[in-house]
Amino acid sequence: MEAMTKDLWVFVETNEDGTAKNVGIELLTPGKLLAEKQGGSLVAVILGENVEKAVNMAGRHGADKIIAAEAPELRAYSTDAYTEAICKLVKKYGPTSMMIGATNNGRDLGPRVSCRLQTGLVADCTALDIDEESGNVAWTRPAFGGNLMATILCPDHRPQIGTVRPGVFKKREPVENRAEIIREEIHIDPKDIRTRILDLITYMNSENVDLEGAEIIVSGGRGVGGPEGFGPVKALADALGGTVGASRAAVDAGWISHAHQVGQTGKTVGPKLYIACGISGAIQHLAGMSGSDCVIAINKDPDAPIFDVANYGVVGDLFEVLPALTEELRKDRAEA
Amino acid sequence: MNIIVCMKQIPDTSEIKIDPETNTLIRAGVPSIVNPYDKNALEAAVQLKEQHGGTVTVISMGPPAAKEALKECLSLGADRAFLITDRAFGGSDTYATSYILASSIQHIGDYDLIICGMQAMDGDTGQTGASMSEHLGIPQLTYAVKIEVADDTVTVHRETDDGVMVISTKLPALCTVGKDINEPRTATMKSKMRANKIDIAEIHVDDMPDIDREKIGLKGSPTRVKKTYTPTIKKSGKKLEGLSCDEAVEALAGFLTEKKILKGELV
Ligand SMILES: Cc1cc2nc3c(=O)[nH]c(=O)nc-3n(C[C@H](O)[C@H](O)[C@H](O)COP(=O)(O)OP(=O)(O)OC[C@H]3O[C@@H](n4cnc5c(N)ncnc54)[C@H](O)[C@@H]3O)c2cc1C
Ligand SMILES: Cc1cc2nc3c(=O)[nH]c(=O)nc-3n(C[C@H](O)[C@H](O)[C@H](O)COP(=O)(O)OP(=O)(O)OC[C@H]3O[C@@H](n4cnc5c(N)ncnc54)[C@H](O)[C@@H]3O)c2cc1C
Repeated sequence: MEAMTKDLWVFVETNEDGTAKNVGIELLTPGKLLAEKQGGSLVAVILGENVEKAVNMAGRHGADKIIAAEAPELRAYSTDAYTEAICKLVKKYGPTSMMIGATNNGRDLGPRVSCRLQTGLVADCTALDIDEESGNVAWTRPAFGGNLMATILCPDHRPQIGTVRPGVFKKREPVENRAEIIREEIHIDPKDIRTRILDLITYMNSENVDLEGAEIIVSGGRGVGGPEGFGPVKALADALGGTVGASRAAVDAGWISHAHQVGQTGKTVGPKLYIACGISGAIQHLAGMSGSDCVIAINKDPDAPIFDVANYGVVGDLFEVLPALTEELRKDRAEA
Repeated sequence: MNIIVCMKQIPDTSEIKIDPETNTLIRAGVPSIVNPYDKNALEAAVQLKEQHGGTVTVISMGPPAAKEALKECLSLGADRAFLITDRAFGGSDTYATSYILASSIQHIGDYDLIICGMQAMDGDTGQTGASMSEHLGIPQLTYAVKIEVADDTVTVHRETDDGVMVISTKLPALCTVGKDINEPRTATMKSKMRANKIDIAEIHVDDMPDIDREKIGLKGSPTRVKKTYTPTIKKSGKKLEGLSCDEAVEALAGFLTEKKILKGELV
């Protein structure tokens, strides 16, 4: 289809309580820059039931316009209802581009929507720009297990759509909400939703690890040696008010759950401080954490590649350095 | 119950090295393998067949060399295999690939369930399964960690970002699976011999008179790879070597103080 506007849409996924998922709000940051370069508005598109909280969040984090569609059938995510709603809205308003957070639901929705609209979809992007030559969105993404980066265009089909990894972009500082809000009535016939949700099991708190939103992450790798090796890692994280991360080697060994994994097949994180303990720094791990503002590495092997990306590297045994550092931090806190 | 498994043959991404001169992937000498998640898809299909009877058909779009990978799938419990191969299919993105796969499935005929891997380790998009179900007009259940079939209904435990959703739909449907769903079996001497006796049929573009030739190959692909490059690693920072533990801790604590992390004011 043809684009009718130069607008860029960000699909802001909601939680069942009507709040926005982090990634949708994060995407408003690059969305603003791209929308300006495209010469259109930044539009947040929000589906759900009682989505006022998400509307407010999108407005405060930079959306120029918000299209909100509320219906009981949109309360919980379903492929059929969400695809139907998004495609209807796209046909009505004709945006030139659209970003979707690469959550499991976003990755379920994106291909269905792009296929129905007969357009392209770029997967799991980690960098976004406008291609100087053509004015198209230049979507950049890792492939081949993080060994290769590819920049991809969708030159002749509209809208250009991409899913974007959570944790790559940072939320903007909130401002006053001046967004124009458009309420859309969308009717979904319950019969058109072919799937039925029988149960929703939310992981217990211990599993609900918010690595993407964390400001400080302390991660352990194979070097921690076993499940109990995460003890000193956790102690340091607690002392710093941070979250515990892990390499895939530690996750695959069964020492900690996959919810903690950072990297190509785990979470992409962008904390202010990332402390890597006993992690060698494989390319797939770096793919998930190289956006950190500051990296500290603690590793026995002076040649470990993690030192190439560390702002501060300590060659030493984590079982000595971590407890001593934790103790020192606690002492300093007590004095302050 | 008739199940179709979609399998992609890929270069073993853990064996890929970067040429330091040209900064490109060295693919020569890299072994080709069955995409690991597709082995989970096949295992899930074979287990369902063992419970409910029926057939498991594996299909793969790729060059003739992909027959090797299909042979492996036959030795892991599949009953039949099709290679979808034609020059006209080259350069397909996920839109075109999923259209070709969907057309081939319609050509093959009767099916109740399609199972795909959640992602192929080379292209890494994870889009082909869901796109295929849109082309076929059937429901999709992605990121399944458990699949059960009873009568005409499939029920799946689907991984979401904060938990698990139990979700069901009527057959025919498509599921995508990751490595948590099962532990794929390994082939035996006997199963390999059985596999060797099965012919792998080919499907070419001319076998599918209804296929829209505008929608396949490079021409049918909305996306274009503009450039590829290997990620560069920013070299930076300071490495402390040969310090005692006390010295290292003092240096780190000093660094954290300088960054104002200790005062809770991150900069
Ligand atoms: C397709 C694909 C996807 C992948 N996705 C991911 C991903 O998402 N995330 C990820 O992390 N990996 C991923 N990997 C795996 C990755 O390639 C590495 O195998 C993994 O990151 C290694 O983990 P590690 O650094 O903990 O272990 P190792 O590489 O074994 O390193 C352990 C390190 O600990 C150090 N050490 C040992 N003892 C001590 C001690 N007492 N004190 C201090 N240091 C010590 C050692 O010197 C060594 O450097 C993926 C691989 C593939 C092929
Ligand atoms: C560097 C690079 C980046 C790319 N980026 C994009 C992009 O952003 N968007 C896009 O549309 N295309 C992209 N492509 C093209 C894409 O890789 C191909 O279209 C490919 O045929 C299918 O995509 P995939 O490898 O990502 O598979 P996925 O979609 O990840 O595969 C998921 C599942 O689908 C099934 N499947 C996939 N391919 C086949 C097959 N050939 N035969 C049988 N079953 C199969 C398998 O069950 C597999 O587990 C890219 C290609 C490269 C080389």
